Amino acid sequence: MRMMLFIRRFEERVISLYPQQEMKTPIHLCIGQEAVAAGVCAHLTPHDYLSSTHRSHGHCLAKGMDPQLLLAEFYGKVTGCCRGKGGSMHAACPERGILGTSAIVGGGIPIGVGHALAAKLRMEKRLSVVFFGDGASEEGSFQESLNFAVLKELPVVFVCENNFYATNSPLKARQPHQDIHRRAASFGSPAEVVDGNNVWDVYRAAERAVRHARAGRGPYFLECRTYRWQGHVGPNCDWQKGCRPKGELLEWMDRCPVEAFRSTLMREGILDEPTMDSINREVSAILDSAVLFAQESTFPDAEEVMRNVYYMSGA
Amino acid sequence: MPWTKVLVDQEDLERFHQEGKRTIKYVEALREAQAQLLESDSRVFLLGEGIDDPGGVFGSTKGLAQEFGSSRVMDIPIAENGMTGVAVGAATAGMRPIFIHMRMDFLPMCMDQLINHAAKWHYMTGGSVRVPLVVRSIIGRGWGSAGQHSQGLHGLFLHVPGLRIALPATPYDAKGMLIAAVEDENPVLVCEHRWLYNTIGFVPEGLYSVPLGQALIRNPGTDVTVVALSYMVLEALKAARDLEQEGVSVEVVDPRTIAPLDADTILESLSKTGRLVVADVASRTGGACAEIGCLVAERIPLALKAPLKRVAFPDAPTPASPVLEQAYYPGAEAIKQAVRETLA
Ligand SMILES: Cc1ncc(C[n+]2csc(CCOP(=O)(O)OP(=O)(O)O)c2C)c(N)n1
Repeated sequence: MRMMLFIRRFEERVISLYPQQEMKTPIHLCIGQEAVAAGVCAHLTPHDYLSSTHRSHGHCLAKGMDPQLLLAEFYGKVTGCCRGKGGSMHAACPERGILGTSAIVGGGIPIGVGHALAAKLRMEKRLSVVFFGDGASEEGSFQESLNFAVLKELPVVFVCENNFYATNSPLKARQPHQDIHRRAASFGSPAEVVDGNNVWDVYRAAERAVRHARAGRGPYFLECRTYRWQGHVGPNCDWQKGCRPKGELLEWMDRCPVEAFRSTLMREGILDEPTMDSINREVSAILDSAVLFAQESTFPDAEEVMRNVYYMSGA
Repeated sequence: MPWTKVLVDQEDLERFHQEGKRTIKYVEALREAQAQLLESDSRVFLLGEGIDDPGGVFGSTKGLAQEFGSSRVMDIPIAENGMTGVAVGAATAGMRPIFIHMRMDFLPMCMDQLINHAAKWHYMTGGSVRVPLVVRSIIGRGWGSAGQHSQGLHGLFLHVPGLRIALPATPYDAKGMLIAAVEDENPVLVCEHRWLYNTIGFVPEGLYSVPLGQALIRNPGTDVTVVALSYMVLEALKAARDLEQEGVSVEVVDPRTIAPLDADTILESLSKTGRLVVADVASRTGGACAEIGCLVAERIPLALKAPLKRVAFPDAPTPASPVLEQAYYPGAEAIKQAVRETLA
C-alpha cells in the first residue's frame, strides 16, 4: 500500500512542479499503473536486477531507488542518478540492481535477459525482472529475447504492462489479438494474464513467477492489464486532444488501483484512517525533502559533457 | 531568389506577399508534399508509428489519415526493422512507400533492412530491381532528450553506398526534396530537423522537385566558405550576417544532400575563398564533416590557406541536463569563432 501510494504521490508531485519549467526533460508518468510495479517488486531483493523503459519511475521507486536521485536527475543536477546526463528516461541505480533504462522501445528486453544470463553463468540466485509495454512486444527484440531466455532457462520474469496504448495508437490497431501472454506461451514460457489494477492479483502472480524463476526453471511471463491516466508524455491528460475516448479513461479511473486496495484493506480492517494518515504524512515528508534536495543541488559543470564517454579508471 | 532565402524576416514576408508568393512553414511544406503525392500518385503510401495521431508527427502528417484513409496513411506496429523490410518489399514490387520516424534515433533499429537490403538490392540484382523507398526521420534537440532522442545519424548512413541522403534546411527544400525523393528510384533518407519545423519560407503551391545532389550558395562571400548542413544553415547565416559587420565576407554553402554530394559547388567556393568551416548537426568524428574535409584534401589539397575547422557536436552522446545541452550544442557563435580562426 505504502509503495503504491508513494509512486502515486511522487508522480503527482512531478505534475505539480513540472509547469515551473525547471525539469527540462520529457516525463512519462505511470499514474494508474502503480499496482504492477508495487506488486512485482515486493518480491525482489536489492540484489535482483531490473530492466525498464521510458516509463520507469514506478519500477525504479518500487525497486528501492532513492527518490531524491530520480528527482535531481529530472532537474538536470549533478546529484541526479545519472549526473544530469540521462534525464528522465535513463534512470540507473546499480546498487539496487537497476543497470540503466532504455528509451528505445524494446531495447531493455534483451538487456534484462542478459542480466539473467550473467546471473546464471555466475551461478547466483539472482533474478532479472524486465518491465516493458504492450508496444514493445511488437519489436523483434521481444521475440528474440523470449526465445533465448526459454532456450537457456534463464531466471527472468517478463512483465508486460499492457496499458492498451503505444503513444496514441491503440493495441487493436497494432496487434491482431489482445493476448500478449499467448505469444509468450508459444515460446514455451509459462505465461499468465493478470488484472494489473489489482495489486493483490499482481502480487500473487508475481510470487508464482518469482518462485519459478528462482527455482531455476526458466522464465515466466506476466501480462498485466492496466491503463495510464496521463498522456503518453508530459504532465497533462490527453483525451481532450482526441488521443483516446474520455469514457474509457473514466472507466479505468473508476478502477483506481490505489483506491481499490485502500478500500479493500479498510473493509477488512487491516488498515484504518490514522494509519493511512501517517503513511500519507510520511510519504509527503520524504517527497518534500527529495524536492528540496533536487532544487538545491548544483548543476553539473560543462566538463561533464565529455566525462564518461569512455570508462577511464579513476575518472 | 526566394527559395534560396532561409531566414525570412518581416521585410521578406511582405515582399513575398506583394509579389504574390506564398509563404508557409517547413512542417506545412512537408505535409503538403505528402498530401499532393498521395493525391497524384496511387503508388505512394505513408507508414509509420502513430502517423495518424492527432498530433500527426509534429504536425507533418496531421489529418492525412482522415483525408486519405488508413490504407494510404498507415499506423503500424512498433517493429522498425521488420516494417522497413515490408516497405522495401512494397517498393521493389512497384509501390512508393514513405516510412516516417518521429526521431532519427529509431533508424538504427532499421539498420539491417536499410544497409543490407535497401541499399544493395538494386546492385545485387544486377540492376533489375529498384527500391524506390523514402524514409523520413527527424533529428531532435533540447528539453533533456538525452542520448537516445537527439542524434544526427546521417553520417553513419553516408558510409553505405546505395542510399541517398537529403537534409532539407528550408520549407522550399522540405517540399521539393521530399517530392524528389519519392520520384527517385533509389532508397532516400530524408533527415529533417525539429528546430526547422516552424521556420517560414516561400513554397510554391504545386508539385515541384528539388534535384537531389545540387548544393546551393545561401549567402555569397569571398573570404571564408562555410559548408553547413540542415539546421546549421540557419546558424551559419546568422554568423555570416554578424561577420559582415566585422568586415568578413562569408560564403554559406548548403549541400542539401550529402549523398550524392555536390562536390563541384563546394570546391568552386573554396577555390575562391581558400578557407573552410564545415558545420553539421551531428557529432564530429567520421561523419559528413570528415567526408567534406577529405574531399578537399583529395581534390584541391593546396587550396586551403588555413586549416579547416569543424563545427559539430562533441564526440559524446547528448546529455540531458539543460546546462549540459547548452555546452553541447554549437551555434552561430561557434561558427563565427571558427571563421575567425581560419582568418587568424
Ligand atoms: C524503437 C523505438 N521506436 C519508437 C519509439 C517512440 N516511442 C516511444 S514510447 C512508444 C510507445 C511505447 O508503447 P509501450 O511499449 O506500450 O509502452 P507505454 O508507453 O505504453 O508504457 C513509442 C512508439 C521509441 N522510443 N523507440
